[in-house]
Amino acid sequence: MVSGNSDPRRRLTATAVKLLIAGGFGVGKTTMVGSVSEVPPLRTEEMLTSASEGVDDLNGVEAKTTTTVALDFGRITINPDLILYLFGTPGQDRFWFMWDELATGALGAVVLADTRRLESCFPAVDFFERRGLPFVVGVNCFDGAYRYGTEEVRAALDVSASVPMLLCDARDRESTKQVLITLVQHVMRNANLLPTGR
Amino acid sequence: MTEQDEAWFDEAAGPLVRPYAVTGGRTRSDQFGLDMITLVVSLMSVTEAAGLPPEYAKIVRLCQRPLSVAEVAAHIDLPLPVVKVLLSDLIEQNYVIFRRAAPVSETPNKHVLQAVLDGIRKL
Repeated sequence: MVSGNSDPRRRLTATAVKLLIAGGFGVGKTTMVGSVSEVPPLRTEEMLTSASEGVDDLNGVEAKTTTTVALDFGRITINPDLILYLFGTPGQDRFWFMWDELATGALGAVVLADTRRLESCFPAVDFFERRGLPFVVGVNCFDGAYRYGTEEVRAALDVSASVPMLLCDARDRESTKQVLITLVQHVMRNANLLPTGR
Repeated sequence: MTEQDEAWFDEAAGPLVRPYAVTGGRTRSDQFGLDMITLVVSLMSVTEAAGLPPEYAKIVRLCQRPLSVAEVAAHIDLPLPVVKVLLSDLIEQNYVIFRRAAPVSETPNKHVLQAVLDGIRKL
């Protein structure tokens, strides 16, 4: 006991919420986080002990039971009492163990798609659909060349017409904002909090 | 996230386990259910923390304003589970208080969502 000042509500009234930025390896998730975060993307490491058996072939090396995965995330202080965190999901399949913890308590997710390798975002789409977590698809246009329209991407990804899909540039703050606004509106509509979506 | 990701086994995994030395070998501390965005703030001043072991003192210094568990981990450069153990110790001693994010089962709060929406628009 340090002092009499131990009433939690006096010192900690803030709430934290999070959104996820998912997609294949190298699609620009951390770039997207960085484009709107108030701090340069932070990196933290989660560790997995012993649940990864069968994933790796160490060829005679005694199996390690501890492995780590780096997570990049950013922060947006909405107001003194509300902090929004944006977490990039690990891009590789072998890090699926992280997804449950990441998705727990998340408001929604952006699936960032790269039209040059659309299949790399299939697992993210599957995961969020199964989990019932509202998501939008951002088609990241790296070089400004809009190779495919959103409807072509929608067909290729086989996502329902109710899932918002938009072209974006993960490097561009305004573009990322638009994606996040679309996501939050979609979340609200999903929860029947926006009259227009009923 | 480039080549580092290929270094999956790092330097023979030694550095992966060593962080637990600071927790006295304890690897789990779920008693408070801390997650990545649980917010923590210190009730202790930096001066008061001077007598604590260095990792704890560092956390107290960082947490003079509310930070998420993930931010604490990123700033002191220790893996999340290690930081959760250290934070649990501090919480147990009432040096740090925490606030969990809203439970998953709860319907998203309209006011929170509206505030997030407005906040993003204003960026």
